[in-house]
Amino acid sequence: MTRLAIVNARLLDPASDYDGPGAVLIEDGVITGVERGPATLTAGRVVDARGLCLSPGLIDIRVRTGEPGAEPKETLKSASLSATAGGVTTIVIQPDTDPAVDDPAMVDFIQRRGAALNLVNVRVAGAATKARDGKRMAEIGLMHEAGALYFTDGDHVIADSRVLSRIMGYASAFNALIACRPADPWLSEGAVATSGELATRLGLSGAPAIAERIQLERDLALVEQTGARFLVDQISTEAALEVLARARGRGLEVAASVSINHLCFNEIDIGDYRTFFRLDPPLRPESDRRALIEAVRDGLIEAITSAHTPAPAEDKRRPFAEAAPGAVGLETLLPAALGLHHEEGLDLLDVLRPLTHGPATLLGLDAGTITPGAPADLILFDPGAPVVVDSAALRSKSKNSPFDGRRLQGRVEMTVVGGRTVYSA
Amino acid sequence: MTHTAVAADLIADRLVPFPKPHFLAAGDLNPPFTLALLDLADVFVDLNRESTKGRDLLRGRTVLNLFFENSTRTSSSFEIAAKRLGADVVTMPVQASSVKKGETLIDTAVTLNAMRPDILVVRHSASGAAALLSQKVGCAVVNAGDGRHEHPTQALLDLLSLRRAFGDVGGLTVAICGDIAHSRVARSNVALLSMMGARVRLIGPPTLVPGDADRWGCEVFHDMREGLKGCDVVMMLRLQLERMDGALVPSTREYFRFWGLDREKLAWANPGAKVMHPGPMNRGVEIDSDVADDLTVSLIQDQVEMGVAARMAVLASLSARLEGAA
Repeated sequence: MTRLAIVNARLLDPASDYDGPGAVLIEDGVITGVERGPATLTAGRVVDARGLCLSPGLIDIRVRTGEPGAEPKETLKSASLSATAGGVTTIVIQPDTDPAVDDPAMVDFIQRRGAALNLVNVRVAGAATKARDGKRMAEIGLMHEAGALYFTDGDHVIADSRVLSRIMGYASAFNALIACRPADPWLSEGAVATSGELATRLGLSGAPAIAERIQLERDLALVEQTGARFLVDQISTEAALEVLARARGRGLEVAASVSINHLCFNEIDIGDYRTFFRLDPPLRPESDRRALIEAVRDGLIEAITSAHTPAPAEDKRRPFAEAAPGAVGLETLLPAALGLHHEEGLDLLDVLRPLTHGPATLLGLDAGTITPGAPADLILFDPGAPVVVDSAALRSKSKNSPFDGRRLQGRVEMTVVGGRTVYSA
Repeated sequence: MTHTAVAADLIADRLVPFPKPHFLAAGDLNPPFTLALLDLADVFVDLNRESTKGRDLLRGRTVLNLFFENSTRTSSSFEIAAKRLGADVVTMPVQASSVKKGETLIDTAVTLNAMRPDILVVRHSASGAAALLSQKVGCAVVNAGDGRHEHPTQALLDLLSLRRAFGDVGGLTVAICGDIAHSRVARSNVALLSMMGARVRLIGPPTLVPGDADRWGCEVFHDMREGLKGCDVVMMLRLQLERMDGALVPSTREYFRFWGLDREKLAWANPGAKVMHPGPMNRGVEIDSDVADDLTVSLIQDQVEMGVAARMAVLASLSARLEGAA
């Protein structure tokens, strides 16, 4: 039996709203003891946290890799290494690989490859339609059985309402979660920015923010009709948040995620055409960013994701409109999110909840909490430590980080997955 | 008294005129008449098993089999039923008829009506087609399946098969599984089985069960294990190939995994549960051959045999009504 005790920590458990001194005992990869207050725990191996924060490991539900199909961008290994350094203990791989994750064999393949690395928990989101074509329903039942956590076509919007309605209805037989990007495909076509004065001045084609609201209204109407469990993937506008809040008020089972980038940046950041800020959905006005932060504070948003999207230099060294969208984010997720605590005044537990307990509850994982019986997926971090992001030093194969050169606060000191220390600063 | 004379007496005893001018839906029946029809069908089952099967109950009557949709078993079942009762039977090859040349259904009805048939047996891909024809002709119309609406003689033959297997249908729990949404067999069976006191459950993926099916007086399940618990009968439905292109179910293998009947799933039903299927079967899609071909659990072959007898009973009963009207 392997025993490990982490003592003298500042225990942060969003699941039980506890923020205070404590210690954790780990045996054979599972949390077997939690002490709140001055530690008396002893075990085979004792780690003295010296007052550092000990929280559940982060769960990132939107991670793209290049494996299989585009390994030069990112592999499961490079993404997993990146995750360990970022304090992310569970990553959910998106189905937009080549071939797409649209059958149980692919789900199984990625899970096995991920598990063989012995780094972090590698889980999978399955495609909602075959080859993500938006037309033919994928094998949701078999993929669900194989371990897929939710179903999405990623950045491909399922435009055909009848197809989406059938997918939602069918998925409800398995109580499976369906996720959709709310973006009207016609209004968003070819857009690289949010319509408005700035996009006009920069000469960039923009999509109006209502493109998100329109699609979300449709999606939620279908949710209401089918009774599906639904995740709004990467909500980014105030108007959409209002729609979401109204739907919740009507008792719909709808969750939402937001990318860390939309909580940290606004459209002004694209001002000098820096392609690391070319994102999808595009960056929004400051009023939207403020509304998103409030939604995190109020718990309207269940999950903050890194929206990790590796894009190699050849895809980013282009004119803004021609550059591949997306940013890597696994390693910067925690310090960037801690900015909400340092700069926006959010309680530390309110910042950690959508990174741990929120996504765990959404996806039915028993991680994301520090309680006896939960897997020992934990991180030790110093919330105030200054860091300067150096994209060249990132473990990810692609270095497209919009935080490059930024000064952030918060450093991961240790990452523990299933009781094993997989990263130490 | 000869065997034939005994049979003739039995038939005369049990023959009740049809309560309505046409047989368009399960709702045209009522419980006492249904029981009489089953009793009559029982006589025909025995007769059909003899070497000389011909009767002359429908001698002089003309039965028109009008199948606008491809059908092998229902069409031949009706044809054999009518011929065994001594009727003159004409089966119209509609595919090669004037319908192909643009004649409307009403035109066809009027034309056929002028030929003075006594009974018109109709199958059509449009729901309500049999009812429409019945309004335009002067003869009795039997609905042999109209679109997604009804297939009442199938429900009757299923009832006959069940009564012979269990003795009584009242109190049985019957699970109808699969593509409920597009199934006329399911609709007729729900109506008739419920009328005769059986408890009916519907099981299938949400995309193949109508949203309002819970208002049919049935319990609706999407999970086979849950749905089959406590069932005495598992009635599988055919999954149309066009439903398998990813539009309503992702694939045949996924469908079979979650909703196809095999030994494992059958074990979730009551011990001694019987299996039914209106045919034709997609083996390995909605039903495993191992179950379908096991005569200790499968009533599928019985259903075909009962089909002829049940249809003989229907034709005889309609004819008796015509006698009364004459």
